[in-house]
Amino acid sequence: MSGPAAIRVEGVRKVFTTGGREVVALSGIDLEVATGEFVCLLGPSGCGKSTLLNAVAGFSPPTSGRILAAGREVSAPGPDRAMVFQEYALFPWMTVAENVAFGLEVKRRPAPEIRATVDAWLEKLRLSEFRDRFPKDLSGGMRQRVAIARVLAIDAPILLMDEPFGALDALTRRNLQEELLRIWSGSGKTVLFVTHGIEESVFLADRVVVMTYRPGAVKEIVPVTLPRPRDPSSSEFNALARRVTALVMEEQARHEHDERSAPAG
Amino acid sequence: MPSTGRATRIARALLVPVVVLVLWEVISRTGAVSAIIMPAPSKVVVRWWDYAASGEMLQDAVGSLYRVLGGFAIGAGLALPLGLLMGAKSWANDLFDPLLQVLRPIPPIAFIPLAILWFGLGNPPAFFLIALGAFFPVLVNTIAGVRHVDAIHLRAARNLGASEWTIFRRVILPSAMPYVLSGMRIGIGVAFIVVIVAEMTAVNQGLGYRILEAREYFWSDKIIAGMITIGLIGLAIDGIMGRVTARMLRWHRGMEG
Repeated sequence: MSGPAAIRVEGVRKVFTTGGREVVALSGIDLEVATGEFVCLLGPSGCGKSTLLNAVAGFSPPTSGRILAAGREVSAPGPDRAMVFQEYALFPWMTVAENVAFGLEVKRRPAPEIRATVDAWLEKLRLSEFRDRFPKDLSGGMRQRVAIARVLAIDAPILLMDEPFGALDALTRRNLQEELLRIWSGSGKTVLFVTHGIEESVFLADRVVVMTYRPGAVKEIVPVTLPRPRDPSSSEFNALARRVTALVMEEQARHEHDERSAPAG
Repeated sequence: MPSTGRATRIARALLVPVVVLVLWEVISRTGAVSAIIMPAPSKVVVRWWDYAASGEMLQDAVGSLYRVLGGFAIGAGLALPLGLLMGAKSWANDLFDPLLQVLRPIPPIAFIPLAILWFGLGNPPAFFLIALGAFFPVLVNTIAGVRHVDAIHLRAARNLGASEWTIFRRVILPSAMPYVLSGMRIGIGVAFIVVIVAEMTAVNQGLGYRILEAREYFWSDKIIAGMITIGLIGLAIDGIMGRVTARMLRWHRGMEG
């Protein structure tokens, strides 16, 4: 891969203090994501995958270590690393079109350009007929489509996705996964995608980064070389999913053990 | 449960008021109660019509509404920016909160003597009292609205590259709007109460003054006619505020339809 990695995580450690007690959320994470790569962060809840994503987004800086995006150290949130949240985070007082236009207006793009870009993305995500609706009148899947259109409209080279399809039903989720891959393929965009869905990670990613439970660290990186579109019912897919499941279950067991021995925590 | 027909529901809704009015009319006509204590509803209606037809009602209503809107504009106009500042900046809250907490529990009506000493009689003390009445509901709600902005919206806006000023204008302000508008609705209701009291004490005009004047002449039918007018205008103000709120908050949950 030529040039600097899209995302470079170097010895990142993150410690939270809650009630006078220190919790090590991330310990010594090293990770490199190449430009144009689709990487999933996978692990049980409490493994720090969202913490890592938030650090890359610039919402919460690491306690030590550093994060580089396109070679530049991350110090604050920025539109070069656009985030899609599980809770959609659409602005409820703006219509679909206004939500998608927001990032472009912030960038002070000329009005005709904003209009054209918004129209194009609404079209691509099949939202055109909903452009004047408010988010409250849309289903969860539709809302997440709008959130995706909103980050694609600003043409961010890096997409950070925090369990974006976690709250959706299975059919809608599969639909959006396929749509995301369709948009991503050939776009050259780098995706860092947090999930606790094993099947989802194998379906989407070039590489699945399995994380350990508390403190969060990289347990194993599983490359997925199956050609796309992937068939989740194929034996190759299932063999891989089984392998990833075994890795995740080891961490899940530690998670459950922890919960039993420290119910107050 | 079987659904009740529309006609039946209307009939039920009218039954109690009609019975009350008929009983009231009968009791007044028999002379069992003096017309000064309880004038017959028919007489009140006639008096209300005269009051309206003479143009006096319009003049009173315009005077009272002028004071309500003027006072409300001053009170809300001061409370809104102060509330936004206090909600957004903790230093502003630290500066102003103690004094405001001391003043807030004092009913605006308790300021009447001071208002007359400061401003004399007429519109100025009324504006002061009404502004005071509208000020606190708008202030308290605006502060709450700014503080209740959803953290995820702030994060999303920051992530999309918005500056602090853009975030204030396009995220904090609109998300505080439901609170601000409900504060204004309460505020204008308080303003309407205060204007009546102010007109009974410090202003020689308006709906409040008119019913007090009618008492001087023992015109009970006119007192009640004035009260009905006050009630109808209050209802209209609240209805308009409700419409404005619904219109501005089309995006808000629970505002559909």
